[in-house]
Amino acid sequence: MQEGSVQEAHVHAPPGGFLRKYVFSLDHKVIGKQYYALALVAVFTGMILSWLMRIHMVWPNAKIPLLELFSKNGAPGGVMTPEYYLSLLTMHGTLMVFFVLTNAPFAAFGNYFLPIQIGAEDMAFPRFNMMSFWTTFVAWVVLMLAFFIPDGPPIAGWTEYAPLSAVGKDAGPGMQWGASLWGISIAIFCVASLLGALNFIATTLDLRAKGMTLMRMPLCTWAWFITSCIALLAFAVLFPACILLILDRHAGTSFFIPGGLVISDRLQPHSGGSPLLWQHLFWFFGHPEVYIAILPSMGIVSHILVNSMRKPLLSARVVIYSMMSIGFLSYMVWGHHMFVSGMNPMSSLAFSFPTLTITIPATVLTLIWLGSLYGSNLQINSASLFALGFISMFVAGGVSGFFLAQPSIDIYLHATYFVVGHFHLVMGVASLFGVFAGTYFWFPKMTGRMMSEPLGKLHFWITFVGAYCIFMPFHYLGLIGNVRRYQSFVDDFMAPYIGWHKFVTIAALITGAGQLVFLYNLIYSRFKGRPAPENPWNATSLEWSIPSPPPWNNFGGKHPIVYHDPYQYGVKGSKGDFVMQDSPEHVVAASGD
Amino acid sequence: MGKLLAIVLVLIAVLSAYPIVAHMFVLPEDISTHGHAIDDQLHETMLEAGLSFVGAQIVLAVFVWGFADRKKGSQLKNFPGGAKVAVIAAFVLVGTEVLALGVLGQEAWAEVYFTPAKPNAIQVQVQAEQFAYYFRYAGPDGKFGAIHPDKIDEGNQNYFGLDPANEVEARDDIVSGELVVPVNREVQLLMHAKDVGHSFYVRELRLQQDFVPGLDLSVHFTATKTGKYEIVCTQLCGLGHYNMKAYLNVMSEEDYEKWLKEQAAQ
Amino acid sequence: MGTKQAVVVGLAMLVVAATAKAGPPAGGTISGKVTYEGTPAKMKPIDMSKEPSCAKMYTTPPLAETVVTGAGNTLENVVVYISAGAPDDAVPSTAAVFTQKGCRYIPHVLAFQVNQEIKIQNEDQTSHNIHPLPKINREWNKSQPPGTPAISEKYDKAEIFPVKCNVHPWMHGNFAVLKNSHYAVTGDGGAFSLPNLPPGKYTVTAWHESYGDQTQEVTISGSESKTITFVFKAKPY
Repeated sequence: MQEGSVQEAHVHAPPGGFLRKYVFSLDHKVIGKQYYALALVAVFTGMILSWLMRIHMVWPNAKIPLLELFSKNGAPGGVMTPEYYLSLLTMHGTLMVFFVLTNAPFAAFGNYFLPIQIGAEDMAFPRFNMMSFWTTFVAWVVLMLAFFIPDGPPIAGWTEYAPLSAVGKDAGPGMQWGASLWGISIAIFCVASLLGALNFIATTLDLRAKGMTLMRMPLCTWAWFITSCIALLAFAVLFPACILLILDRHAGTSFFIPGGLVISDRLQPHSGGSPLLWQHLFWFFGHPEVYIAILPSMGIVSHILVNSMRKPLLSARVVIYSMMSIGFLSYMVWGHHMFVSGMNPMSSLAFSFPTLTITIPATVLTLIWLGSLYGSNLQINSASLFALGFISMFVAGGVSGFFLAQPSIDIYLHATYFVVGHFHLVMGVASLFGVFAGTYFWFPKMTGRMMSEPLGKLHFWITFVGAYCIFMPFHYLGLIGNVRRYQSFVDDFMAPYIGWHKFVTIAALITGAGQLVFLYNLIYSRFKGRPAPENPWNATSLEWSIPSPPPWNNFGGKHPIVYHDPYQYGVKGSKGDFVMQDSPEHVVAASGD
Repeated sequence: MGKLLAIVLVLIAVLSAYPIVAHMFVLPEDISTHGHAIDDQLHETMLEAGLSFVGAQIVLAVFVWGFADRKKGSQLKNFPGGAKVAVIAAFVLVGTEVLALGVLGQEAWAEVYFTPAKPNAIQVQVQAEQFAYYFRYAGPDGKFGAIHPDKIDEGNQNYFGLDPANEVEARDDIVSGELVVPVNREVQLLMHAKDVGHSFYVRELRLQQDFVPGLDLSVHFTATKTGKYEIVCTQLCGLGHYNMKAYLNVMSEEDYEKWLKEQAAQ
Repeated sequence: MGTKQAVVVGLAMLVVAATAKAGPPAGGTISGKVTYEGTPAKMKPIDMSKEPSCAKMYTTPPLAETVVTGAGNTLENVVVYISAGAPDDAVPSTAAVFTQKGCRYIPHVLAFQVNQEIKIQNEDQTSHNIHPLPKINREWNKSQPPGTPAISEKYDKAEIFPVKCNVHPWMHGNFAVLKNSHYAVTGDGGAFSLPNLPPGKYTVTAWHESYGDQTQEVTISGSESKTITFVFKAKPY
């Protein structure tokens, strides 16, 4: 596929009417913003849940005001019950992984910018696109319903291991309708994600403008494309897994439930199922999912860094191949979540090899980012600060993975805070830094207004320092054997370390408060920010060749033509230090073309 | 602000490394025969991961310091060697680490999982349930009575569902809430989950293994030091997960025999 | 005595009679003892090692309470109640109290009436999770962290069913939800007494958690007292 075919997206007439323009829009830009808004609501909800969890963990007898009003069963007298802690934990994980980390870097920014960056008027299937968002929204509503039913949300964690999740109400509070709502919500989410992934792939392959070869696509577009390929297979496995779980819970099947179980003094009427089957199906999705969460941020950060450095990366091609390798390898490692699960110990060794190997493309990426900084003309602003912070966080989170990839070390570290520290740093922080960087970078394009730089920098410092204060101690706590998913520590073993947990809780509350700076900045700038020019960052990719905000059909009916790769910075002989991708200005061939 | 970022990065690297280097968080003492291999591997990995982490943060800091907010008109340079250096470095650095740790790692894993329990290991059945562990010893007859899920009666402390009325083997079985073992003797745990998934984790033994309902799993270990150690559940099993624990009580050989006799008498 | 004194005494008696509350209706009593024959199972000491905060409250571990016997082969914790022949009674306004203390339930068997409020309190330093297991009443399951208010519940159907704590598997008790106020739970000595019974034909049921239930028919005429005995067959296992 050398040249993109000049196929027109058989899109839609200019939007008319309030509903068509702002609610059931077919415009990928509106849909992107809708995904972003949903992710914003989900992330603040998830963050509040984490505050409640952290407060309860270090002050278990604390009466949390208003919590009793929200859930009388969950917090009698304002004191959180053990099961409610687990409910909050489950909802926190589910909201964050699905509705934030899959939505924001991938669905939100991808929807908004992928078509523009390849020079298309819209996605290949705008109706499917609208359906994707609204289906995601329905999935979110179904999930949130769990908070309002009398029995409360499920308590089995976002991983919902069987048979705890499969047997129904005997397993405990929240495991009746709460768990069923979870299964239904995630099944709906899978459908939405599959639709979205299909759309991204078709659009990328078919709607590229003239001159936009695959290798000339920006790195974030590549990241979204690779992520879509991963998502297609991953969600295709989670979807039937959720169906089987729902069947076990309501139709008397026993896919995941063996015979002879006695729960709540009742012999369960099931037999023949396998709890490990759930784990395999779940993690076959679950591991690629975490790369779905990080790859778009890698792409966004690469894209922003180039602009900030005024210099291309050492090799965009190597970055693309590394991202592809990560995507490919991501399917071979799922068993590293199951080293001590009871599966064949030989399998554990087999899974550890690709897990260790995936470090290679990740290291290549890191070394390329670092090496590219050398000799650059690095501009510091909110977006580039978060991009640089991403590198720091990605390394911090990545190296702890090295421990966990080795089965014998995992014997000791599995299910401790070491794991919690690892995945929060890579997912909860690094991936989110990509989203923040993207927000500060693309807000002017999306709204036609600039965000406040001072507030952006303040947001960066609070978040960067705060995140390290929260998650670095988790690694130490894991090393001494601090077990995870405990609502509080009632034994002597953990007593000497409660001080560290208190420190983390305070850091979390302060860092959380710092996010309000971001929220304020978003809202204030949307209405009162300084008007933004077409290309405030002197950037080169196609989104900077159109007005801020773009018209409904992106390029105003014109078909852009692309002449070279998107990272022509510091090119000798050009006017200024950059050349736009659609500029026919003659350039010395840069690397990666 | 670039210089500030560089300083903060170095501070973060140093402050993060400090608790490790200063041994502020020491692994609980290893009381197992196979644990030293795990500890060695962990320390080796800590060294490599620690150096990578600190190294990367410092390189980032140095480059940000050197190349952020430069004077107007500064020359752009390329890192000598370009992308090739990055790729080769990644393969070499990670490749050797992977090989080293992969080879090293076999020993500990094999000791736990590929070595069968010795024939004279003491067999103890562990039942994990919401939210406690119960341990069963075969008693003087050396045989375990059968488990009947429909006969479980916890009010009567019949946690395993034994049928002593009709089965002779079950009558002398010893059921205890504590895992009592003699020091320096191999113990084989026969793991049985009564209701949902649980896990068996003793930090000092460097041992962790999930219970899977429907699967007969077993692990073995030899404890090398007397004392009481926590057994905690690490597989989320419901509301009482945080309080699901028992104690491993490692006794001298004679104390263990005495304990067995006391239990049999009850 | 003189006429004047007689009138004063008479007046006083009238005042007393008028102001004194109406005394209890004249009624009969069914009382007796519950005993067992045979060898009961030996109660094992409860292993509370997983909960040190409770274990340390005992110098020697307490015994399980599924069969509690007393001198003279008497049986404790037997619920003796009128299962037929008496009308349903009004719901008492006081609550029946169920306490978790030392990781045990006090009392081991709590008898109360349909729709009567029960108050469950936690006097331990650990969280408990009360899980009653009725078959015809509504099943619920609530955690009670230490220091939280008492849980208030009620049941609207007559039933006797077990109660367990999900967190501490050895904790077992029973709720007996009864239709009328004529019930007793035998204590040490195995004795029970059901007073204030109007004349009529009654079915008396005795229920024990391990040995099942037995019934006897008793007819009360006038205010007579009748004594009956229940004898349960004990099992060694």
